[in-house]
Amino acid sequence: MSIDWCLQIQYVDYWLTSQTMMDAVTHHSAGCSTETLKLLCGKNIFPVMQDVISIKDFERTDIENVLENASIMEGFAKGTDILRGRILATLFFEPSTRTRLSFESAMNRLGGSVIGFSESGSSSVAKGETLQDTVRMAERYADIIVMRHPRDGAARLAAEAAHVPIINGGDGVNQHPTQTLLDLYTIKRTLKTIDGLRIGLMGDLKYGRTVHSLSYALSWYDVTLQFLSPVGLEMPLHIKEDLTEKGIPFQQVTELEDLKVDVLYVTRIQKERFPDVEEYEKVKGSYQITAESLDFLGDAKILHPLPRVDEIDPEIDSTPNALYFEQAGYGIPVRMALLASLLGWKL
Amino acid sequence: MKRELKISAIKNGTVIDHITPGKAFEVARILGLEDFSAPVSIAVNVSSGKSGTKDIIKIENRELSKNEVDRISLVAPNATVNIVKNYEVIDKKKVEIPSEIVGILPCSNANCVTHFEPVKTKFLLESITPLRIRCFYCERVLTEDDIKREIARED
Ligand SMILES: [Zn+2]
Repeated sequence: MSIDWCLQIQYVDYWLTSQTMMDAVTHHSAGCSTETLKLLCGKNIFPVMQDVISIKDFERTDIENVLENASIMEGFAKGTDILRGRILATLFFEPSTRTRLSFESAMNRLGGSVIGFSESGSSSVAKGETLQDTVRMAERYADIIVMRHPRDGAARLAAEAAHVPIINGGDGVNQHPTQTLLDLYTIKRTLKTIDGLRIGLMGDLKYGRTVHSLSYALSWYDVTLQFLSPVGLEMPLHIKEDLTEKGIPFQQVTELEDLKVDVLYVTRIQKERFPDVEEYEKVKGSYQITAESLDFLGDAKILHPLPRVDEIDPEIDSTPNALYFEQAGYGIPVRMALLASLLGWKL
Repeated sequence: MKRELKISAIKNGTVIDHITPGKAFEVARILGLEDFSAPVSIAVNVSSGKSGTKDIIKIENRELSKNEVDRISLVAPNATVNIVKNYEVIDKKKVEIPSEIVGILPCSNANCVTHFEPVKTKFLLESITPLRIRCFYCERVLTEDDIKREIARED
């Protein structure tokens, strides 16, 4: 896959001829650290890989680059035109309003435009077109593709077929790497570090794609993990083996009171995972965060990939513990960072 | 040992030696030997100085394709493939599990994209002992048991 580097501009020339741009950046960067401003004043945005398919492709430096780029992008929160003329195609073979809207918002804030479809019913996919053909068509219309697909591995297959960068917006139950990156960004942005943190993962740890990817990514950091899940929905063995291999201490706890964490990542427990409704109702209450839970949780920040059902009581929303709506918002700078760096944007 | 080989020596064909004991019939199934017309001898639990016991398969008038050798490597990773011409072994190779296993077994994940799109399956070798391969597309890990089941299914 060749990245189109046509946006590549010699920094010096650009800076000299485009002082206005720098002014704009500085203006919007009021919230940026000095480090970030230094980056803005003379370095490329860090390149990431050619495609973003799986969190397994990311080592610590790759993750750090994305997080650093995302903080640069926060300087563009009011919009910019660095991707003017570039087109993002959103190929959503199954609906995911949240993911699609946040990518559209990210591309629009970068000055680019968006084309695409959602659900396969309205597209030629319904007529039996192969995924590879759909992708080869879309890449003639767009410079970068975000796709969501019901089959595991679809994004990797698309990346093999395509010449433009592919971002995986979720492939079946396999991967959703931009979710993990925004989870990490939320933690780092809020607590200033990931190293040294005690992180709790709670809910359906067996089938939860987000918690699997997050544990994998966290294993690059110096963290300790605590797991809290109903019997039968524990973290799978292969994830625990990975953690052991990387020397990450982890512990299964049985009660909310046992959690001693700086960050608590809550996920939904689906009714369908239980043999009967009674069983589900019995278990459900033990995995809900309410105002009383805060007695045990102290200052711990609470994250959730959303949408939530009833695992976090709305009365938590107004407490300083609640971080889940900010978390959803941080999806924008993270996705802006990915779009810009995959398109080879340089300042 | 020598005498034994002599008894069933073949003129032209392939001798698969050092098959993991008990795996000869799986290898035979991989090669579709049930339906093969020329003589085939299968010896199981033959004593072998090096590794205790082994299985051996001798097939008259047949050479193996790369695809077949790769599939054998997944069930009998220590096997050697000897090509015989005129009662002489003219070529001897140890099978080797390829680092990329392409198009030789289906993915055990029913929701894997390889079951729905026109693409050859591809697995990356993660570990030889214990045997683990990972689907390049859906990232599912297949263990030795999964592999055994999938290879049988493809036939
Ligand atoms: Zn697969």
